[in-house]
Amino acid sequence: MSSEPYLLPNGRVLRYSFRERLVHWLAGVSYVYLLLTGLAFWSPWLFWIAVILGGPTISRELHPWFGLVFVVGVSLMYSMWHRQMKETPADKAWWASIGHYIRNEDDQIPSADRFNPGQKLLFWGFFWNGILLLLSGLILWLPQHISWNLRFLRLAAVFVHPVCALATIALFIIHVYMGTAMERGAFGSVIRGDVSRAWANHHHHTWYEQLLRNSAERK
Amino acid sequence: MSQAATELIRISGHAGVVPGKGLNREFQVCKLVDTTTCIGCKACEVACLEWNGYTFSETTFDNTYQTMPETAWNYWNLIKFNEHERADGTMMLLMRKDQCMHCADPGCLAACPADAAIVQYANGIVDFQEANCIGCGYCMTGCPFNIPKFDPPSRKVFKCTLCNDRVSVGLEPACIKACPTGCLHFGTKSEMKELAETRAEQLRTNSGFQDAGVYDPAGVGGTHVIYVLHDAKNPELYGGLPKDPTIPLSVRLWKGPLKWIGNFGIIFGAVGVFIHYLRFGPKVVKEDEQESHGGTQ
Ligand code: HEM
Ligand code: SF4
Ligand code: SF4
Repeated sequence: MSSEPYLLPNGRVLRYSFRERLVHWLAGVSYVYLLLTGLAFWSPWLFWIAVILGGPTISRELHPWFGLVFVVGVSLMYSMWHRQMKETPADKAWWASIGHYIRNEDDQIPSADRFNPGQKLLFWGFFWNGILLLLSGLILWLPQHISWNLRFLRLAAVFVHPVCALATIALFIIHVYMGTAMERGAFGSVIRGDVSRAWANHHHHTWYEQLLRNSAERK
Repeated sequence: MSQAATELIRISGHAGVVPGKGLNREFQVCKLVDTTTCIGCKACEVACLEWNGYTFSETTFDNTYQTMPETAWNYWNLIKFNEHERADGTMMLLMRKDQCMHCADPGCLAACPADAAIVQYANGIVDFQEANCIGCGYCMTGCPFNIPKFDPPSRKVFKCTLCNDRVSVGLEPACIKACPTGCLHFGTKSEMKELAETRAEQLRTNSGFQDAGVYDPAGVGGTHVIYVLHDAKNPELYGGLPKDPTIPLSVRLWKGPLKWIGNFGIIFGAVGVFIHYLRFGPKVVKEDEQESHGGTQ
């Protein structure tokens, strides 16, 4: 975690440090490139995406390299966040009230820590699928080095890679929707880094309370 | 075959029948390899290199007569040698000309993501169009015969073309022309099939090979290269010819059901979040909500 103060002098709350924002976009930008070029090879109806992105040969060439960048991003996220992403017993109650969350009945939802259980699912979904995408991606990258006797690895990789990609796409659609359209005030947290006190209190009450306590102690 | 381009089916202002119409019985071509009369001279290997303009590659010696362990991006035609000890203790040197089988249901083509990198002609030839190849190597995974090979510098995949450039102008493939024993034949699929069956019958009745038969695997819809084998029950003996080749299951699942499930899922997801927005709208936090938390503790 960063040493930057969380309660900013301007009356707002620092949600993500510069380092956290940087890592988020390292993973985010590389993921979008992987998604677009991956989709181009997934369906002939989307092959035009590769044409626009500099040609299919270049897309094929760069996709695995961006994959490595993405894996670096996810690894850094893991080192920054994995403790805060740990599942806690309180998460069960949150999931039990997911219907209220979906219907925006926010007063019916248990209060969340720095990351709510949905965000934890997103994180671990990307983490585990990222590992499988890396392993299968390495095989897809250099199939000529996987001998005929080990062909089952290639056969597994061509299936596992798109399955895991699809799993991340499901998470990605929800993540982007919530981060831009649904949760007003959230997008700024990964750009400028801050949110309003009301936002922090509303969406991450437990976390916010802790911040207030910490800053009171420091005084 | 090439006659499709020269056969007339209609003639304007012409009295009477169209000359030559319906003369062609079949356009499907086929190469027949009779392994029982192959002497392993490798003339076909040389002819293939010469016609396709490749130089000789380094050979790999592995205590057999075989030139290298498997075909290469610039070595499309390879005689596979196997010293086979039979049940009665006698030896047989099995030799099979390995190359693309030109499957009717080609796994390479099913797996390829690039527009027009692999095409299948009406005469049955499966041909790679290297200009469109992106070098992903999916074809190498889709092929049940280990045929497409990757060339790292050009990042393209190459394989036997069945001499498409020769066949399309009415010539037989280069390997056929070079074979000194007549163990290679070229013609229409039905002719070759008939010739192969006749030869297999001959082997069964006259030469004591009870299991002689024709290799034209149904799992890939039949092939446009077929073999006569002394022992059709054990094709693996012939340099690892697969017994019942098919497009691999994972490739079929990937290019079949997974494609539909995935496409449906992506569209469902994108439409789903949009409908959610229309129905429930955003989560807006009122700034005067300040210190009073909305949720239960
Ligand atoms: C983690 C490292 C990764 C590596 C090394 C990697 C490598 C590869 C390779 C070599 C291919 C074959 C064609 C191509 O190069 O485009 C491929 C295909 C693909 N990749 Fe990745 N990739 C990685 C991560 C990802 C991620 C995060 C996604 C998420 C969207 C993704 C989505 C896809 C898709 C959809 C395909 C096409 C699959 C198909 O044709 O059905 N990849 N990947
Ligand atoms: S390597 Fe070339 S021919 Fe083979 S599947 Fe990929 S694009 Fe198609
Ligand atoms: S043998 Fe392999 S490369 Fe040749 S047509 Fe069949 S699947 Fe394609």
